Amino acid sequence: MSAVATVARQLEGTGYEAVIGLEVHAQLLTRSKMFCGCGTDYFEAPPNSNTCPVCLGLPGTLPVMNREAVEKTVLTALALDCTIPPFTKFDRKNYFYPDLPKGYQISQYDLPLSRDGKLVFAVDGREVRCGITRVHLEEDTGTLKHAGDLIHEATSSLVDLNRAGVPLMEIVGEPDLRSADEAREYVVRLRQVLMYIGVNDGSMERGSLRCDANVSVRRVGASEYGTKVEIKNMNSFRAVHRALEYEIARQVEVLETGGTLVQETRGWIETEGRTVSQRSKEQAHDYRYFPEPDLPPLELDAAYVSRVRELLPELPEARQRRFEAQYGLSAYDAALLTASRDEAEAYEALVGSGVSAKVAANWVSGDVARLANAHHVPLQRSGLGVAGLGALLRLVESAAINGTTAKELLDELYLGGGDAEALVRERGLGQVSDESALAAIVDEVIAANPKSVADFRGGKQQALGALVGPVMKATGGRADAKLVNKLLRERIGG
Amino acid sequence: MPQSFVGRTIAEMAAALRSGATTAVQLLDGAIAHRDAVDGRINAFLARTDDLARRQAQAADARIAREGASAPALCGIPVALKDVLVLDGVPTTASSKIIEGFLPPYTGTAVQRLLDQGAVVLGKTNCDEFAMGSSNENSAYGPVGNPWDVERVPGGSSGGSAAVVAAGVVPYSLGSDTGGSIRQPAALTGTVGFKPTYGRVSRYGLIAFASSLDQIGPFTNTVEDAATVYSAIAGHDPLDSTSSPTAVEDPMETLRNGVAGMRLGVPREYFVDGLEPGVRARVEEAIEVLRGLGASVEEVSLPSTDAGLATYYIIAPAECSSNLARFDGVRFGMHVDGVSLLRSYLATRGAGFGPEVKRRIMLGTYALSSGYYDAYYRKAQKVRTVIAAEFDAVFEKVDALVCPTSPTVAFTQGAREDPIAMYLCDVLTIPVNLAGLPGISLPCGLSDGLPVGLQVIGPRFQDARVLRVAHAYEQASGAAALRSPMVAGAAA
Repeated sequence: MSAVATVARQLEGTGYEAVIGLEVHAQLLTRSKMFCGCGTDYFEAPPNSNTCPVCLGLPGTLPVMNREAVEKTVLTALALDCTIPPFTKFDRKNYFYPDLPKGYQISQYDLPLSRDGKLVFAVDGREVRCGITRVHLEEDTGTLKHAGDLIHEATSSLVDLNRAGVPLMEIVGEPDLRSADEAREYVVRLRQVLMYIGVNDGSMERGSLRCDANVSVRRVGASEYGTKVEIKNMNSFRAVHRALEYEIARQVEVLETGGTLVQETRGWIETEGRTVSQRSKEQAHDYRYFPEPDLPPLELDAAYVSRVRELLPELPEARQRRFEAQYGLSAYDAALLTASRDEAEAYEALVGSGVSAKVAANWVSGDVARLANAHHVPLQRSGLGVAGLGALLRLVESAAINGTTAKELLDELYLGGGDAEALVRERGLGQVSDESALAAIVDEVIAANPKSVADFRGGKQQALGALVGPVMKATGGRADAKLVNKLLRERIGG
Repeated sequence: MPQSFVGRTIAEMAAALRSGATTAVQLLDGAIAHRDAVDGRINAFLARTDDLARRQAQAADARIAREGASAPALCGIPVALKDVLVLDGVPTTASSKIIEGFLPPYTGTAVQRLLDQGAVVLGKTNCDEFAMGSSNENSAYGPVGNPWDVERVPGGSSGGSAAVVAAGVVPYSLGSDTGGSIRQPAALTGTVGFKPTYGRVSRYGLIAFASSLDQIGPFTNTVEDAATVYSAIAGHDPLDSTSSPTAVEDPMETLRNGVAGMRLGVPREYFVDGLEPGVRARVEEAIEVLRGLGASVEEVSLPSTDAGLATYYIIAPAECSSNLARFDGVRFGMHVDGVSLLRSYLATRGAGFGPEVKRRIMLGTYALSSGYYDAYYRKAQKVRTVIAAEFDAVFEKVDALVCPTSPTVAFTQGAREDPIAMYLCDVLTIPVNLAGLPGISLPCGLSDGLPVGLQVIGPRFQDARVLRVAHAYEQASGAAALRSPMVAGAAA
């Protein structure tokens, strides 16, 4: 590692560096739960309505493996460059809690579905490689509502098993991250990959994507790890970042004031901006893992793995690099356009339909992204569609309409769609590019605004805007803005 | 007074139904009357489902009238179900207080297959709590009496299912066998008890004791009846991932083929020190009968047999400690309040489980604990593999094994208070579960007036062969005619 990178990866001025490994839990976007036929769209369902004898853990019931869940986990593992061993099995993780109907979670212990992958991403222009220890498949628990924050203080608790049995991937990262910035970017990038390949909806707010962190600090240059603390309950990118910044500072302070750290689990309390101890190492569970006797082991042969590999789309990192090279985009623009698969595909379709790479980039990452977010409808599924937007942007490129008109039409047509060219004709929205007609208006505006003219001549460049505005207004917003600028400058100098 | 069918076989009842000599409703009335006459002495029934049974009997009569000879073999025949098998809407307790009042909202696969044939369900039968025991004395609802001598145990854990057939209340019942829980009570009650190959009968709807060992099977009066019930319940079930997808051989095709030319092995380790002389004598006589039918008989060795018991008492408790975690008082059954979640768990499980269940949960929890797993659970799995391999090797040389089922005849209730002495009851049946093999126990005579069981064991998925050997012996010996005094009493 270069000297510059070393400095960047340590905690400035303290002589310490952080060592962070993240465990991400991601619900799989399967049609049904992991071991029964119940759906996975539990969020809005009335409590305990999305259940059956199997996911309620009723006596006598047995699990049946969801093939789609296996496939999506393999797909994820391949996206993260993991190896898929030919033999994998499921294990029971035993503990008592009311949100766990069987008293054990079906998970994977010593022979996970995949191992030894990596996620590579950039932080501040520097490449970070984080190893992926394993991606394995397990079932989600139900949820509890307590009368109080903690179950041992609650007078009563309500159990909702709608979520119980939803397929969940556990993605365990190596302790390769060295700062809160890197940790946050890891989660951002991992989420992006999961959404790209269509296995997870990316909602940390709803808890379909969850993150725990193991964090320790050590003297820069030390080879041993420090005492590890597990941080739970971080429900946003921001929480991941804040919780780790807090925890790293706390650990350094404990060490600097002569204290010792204890291995424990701490919870992030968002409202207070601090972590608090939840459980010490001595109180850690003995989960008594053993092979799940109700499920035969899975043998995933090379043919199966290569069939799944064929389902992998181009991943965001690769697509970003290709966009830079193929479309001459800046790294920044390419990153913006490849942030989501929908946006990247919309962009390529637009360019493919003849819109210039630069114009398409500006519109897709600007107004189109704004509308897609506001309406929760990507361009591809909007009424306007890629073809409609292409037609609209070709009007801009041929100077038939100006940007303002195009933006208004985009807002109007995004959901419902329509023929932009016909509307332009019908409503007379065509750009006014007739120099003599515009010159007359420009002269009138100059005469009516002597103060702005004086300001401009006195060196205030912004004053020009005060003159452009009335010209645009007088033409119903249709004037060719470039031409108006040119005419104004010709007349008042500058 | 209609003809009494007490103690009669499925085959006899089915023939009588088709000939019009009786009806399903009459069979049911007879069964209910006999049950009510004897159950005060044997305490074999828990839930009684007379109303359901009556509707089923009426439907069966209509179906027989409609379909005649093509109606399924079990149509209109009364049956009782061990209370670890769930039937939609019928109270299921596993003979435990902890799920008292539980009404399952679904029906298990094996039971559903009986219902599909038109079975008439008379009720649920008493058993050892969660199928853990060898004498049926571990039931929260009291011990079951052996119809041969009600002071004696019927064996366990499926003691109630054995007793109702031995007493002639129903011609067949379903039990479950984890370490001998069908075969041992069959031996002690003079009935036929068949444990199919692991994976042959779906476990969906069987309250789990030890998932890798549990298997559902029938109690009957004859081997032919056992084959009939087996045919009805066997076969792949998408709801049980451990059920085998391979096709089920029709046992009827080979049932009567005899044993001439077959090679039978007698495992010397099964003639243990504790084997009662009367049991040894009856089993040796039975082996001579088979030899007389043309089978070659040779002594074979299964050297790890004596490790079976210890292996079983690690694996089965380990699985049960996990399987029984769901009985936590949160969603169904007993709930005892506590000042905290932990206190509520402790109070509920403390009050709900009986002592043997608690003992096994503790054994299993210990065996799976960090630091002990390798020494106990992992080692037990290795021994299990060795035991299975020894059977495989023996089955290279012989077609089936014959041996005693239980070292003793039925013993007196309360006679075995030491758990280890009780565990020894299953020393001859446990290895079969560890290896996942099919095994049957059938009567081979009396010792001191009590039934002795002959066990026939076959290779995995050779269920039909096991039934064939058993049938050959049964036909030659006349042992199928053996009936308890409760049957004779009703007939008189």
